[in-house]
Amino acid sequence: MTVLDMAQLSLREINETLQGAAKAQANAAYEIANPRGAHAVAVGLDGPLAVTVKGSTGYYCAGMNKEAAITVEGSAGPGVAENMMSGTVTIEGDASQYAGATGHGGLLNIKGNASSRCGISMKGIDIVVHGSIGHMSAFMAQKGNLVVLGDAGEALGDSLYEARIFVRGAVKSLGADCVEKEMRPEHLALLADLLAKAGAEAKPEEFRRYGSARTLYNFNIDHADAY
Amino acid sequence: MDKTPPTEPRQSWTFSREVNAEIRRAAETGIYDIRGGGAKRRVPHFDDLLFLGASMSRYPLEGYREKCGTGVTLGTRFAKKPIELKIPVTIAGMSFGALSGNAKEALGRGATLAGTSTTTGDGGMTEEERGHSEKLVYQYLPSRYGMNPDDLRRADAIEIVVGQGAKPGGGGMLLGQKITERVAGMRDLPVGIDQRSACRHPDWTGPDDLEIKILELREITNWEKPIYIKVGGARPYYDTALAVKAGADVVVLDGMQGGTAATQDVFIENVGQPTLACIRPAVQALQDLGMHREVQLVVSGGIRSGADMAKALALGADAVAIGTAALVALGDNDPKWESEYQKLGTTTGAYDDWHEGRDPAGITTQDPALAARLDPVEGGRRLRNYLNVMTLECQTLARACGKSHVHNLEPEDLCALTMEAAAMARVPLAGTDWWPGKPGF
Repeated sequence: MTVLDMAQLSLREINETLQGAAKAQANAAYEIANPRGAHAVAVGLDGPLAVTVKGSTGYYCAGMNKEAAITVEGSAGPGVAENMMSGTVTIEGDASQYAGATGHGGLLNIKGNASSRCGISMKGIDIVVHGSIGHMSAFMAQKGNLVVLGDAGEALGDSLYEARIFVRGAVKSLGADCVEKEMRPEHLALLADLLAKAGAEAKPEEFRRYGSARTLYNFNIDHADAY
Repeated sequence: MDKTPPTEPRQSWTFSREVNAEIRRAAETGIYDIRGGGAKRRVPHFDDLLFLGASMSRYPLEGYREKCGTGVTLGTRFAKKPIELKIPVTIAGMSFGALSGNAKEALGRGATLAGTSTTTGDGGMTEEERGHSEKLVYQYLPSRYGMNPDDLRRADAIEIVVGQGAKPGGGGMLLGQKITERVAGMRDLPVGIDQRSACRHPDWTGPDDLEIKILELREITNWEKPIYIKVGGARPYYDTALAVKAGADVVVLDGMQGGTAATQDVFIENVGQPTLACIRPAVQALQDLGMHREVQLVVSGGIRSGADMAKALALGADAVAIGTAALVALGDNDPKWESEYQKLGTTTGAYDDWHEGRDPAGITTQDPALAARLDPVEGGRRLRNYLNVMTLECQTLARACGKSHVHNLEPEDLCALTMEAAAMARVPLAGTDWWPGKPGF
């Protein structure tokens, strides 16, 4: 375990060290001390690496992550794990808005709550939120799975494409073209797998599934009010 | 047998044939008109400016003897690896999806032969364009289709698209006809749907957030890549100032004549400012911040010739970018396809239904048979020729004004033919020493 202290080192020095270690396929473990809400911590990692951030982070922590396992022992600011490609990002506390935005792959595991626009425009990432999520989550979500153990805010899944949404609690309202769908055995199996990966204490049967009604896929003037 | 003289049938200027046809079209279909290209309406443009040339008080340069430099370096503010271009004209962002793979390859080939850069678009980076573009600018758009850190690192610069001249405040659109399996795969979308791209970025709002987003992109790419911010011609003074504040290396400013692959005609024709009106406020913002030439300004939207290029540079731009003109150089709207344009209900020069994917010239299409009509090698040669002519023309005008580098052109070298152009370009109306809004008058 190598400790990198943000009170001593610059952001550039820390990211350069982590990026170099990831690239070298070292499979090493790093701890980042004193993050104090810094932005762009542990971004652009491309390779197996374990990073533990000892505190809360600012914007875009773990941005565009590939393969690395990053844990934030605190809360994460806006855009955590944005455009993640693969790997795992775990937030022990809460996540701010746009968590996992445009993510292509990997698992974003949020132990607390996530704010608005969680999973916006997601493109294949899996996101598990142990608490609740804010409004406009999974807006224009294209691919991947969003699992919420708590409640969802207004306009869930607005204008979504092929992403799947699973919510255990209450959904305040569904967005345009988002509908509740039948939970088939393959969905229960998928959900069980995601819950196990995220270490979440919940049964797949307790969830409801939401997805696209696909009425907005090709423009039709009779649906203009939905836009 | 008194005969009252007949009334001559009189067409309304307000309700012209064109206007009435659009009303009927709207009544029939119930949907607005979508098309490609930029504003078609007549707006004050570079045609309304003239160079004064050298005479008694100015010394010209010998056309075939004395050098007139054209090189430009973009990204000198923060990037470790700025882009050096031989000529101050680049190829603007156009997506694979909107354009065929062959067209993207032709743009890369032509730009590379001429010593300049080309740009990806909304839909990710293709091997065709990366492989054939020596210098490739990778666009970072609200949709983030195909966005990934590997392409970010193999780009030569990153262009964060906030807006474009054809539709400042508008998102993207690619209709189902063009969403083939390959295009859909790159965008993580189902085949054949109408693709809507958001008009705002998903993970930042406003210039304060953007500053942090730029920090992230620089951290991911080791501070090597120049970062451009592209804005549509909306509020050029403030947009430029805020782009500088957010940390841009380069500001790309696209006026309303700048094209798009597809959007509503009402948007193209009614939102944004003419390119000519955008340059001076943007340059003023850079000068007020002490950043002129430190942060480079690239101007696009209706650039067609070396004369347009020279005038944009004289008003303070560091480079220009072309999109529509590059497509015309490749063969877009060529008279040789007239009979096919007629079948599509249009004519050479007016064809703008690029979103339908039936382009006879094989450029704005994903149909393999149509796309095969464009030979990327020949297209690249044509684009190189055209870029070379633009550059020679620009040098001719610069030498006539006594300049040993095209960047030495200045507003003082210009006059305007109309009051409107004088006001927008802030150069004197021809034959006077005055322009509307000039201080002290």
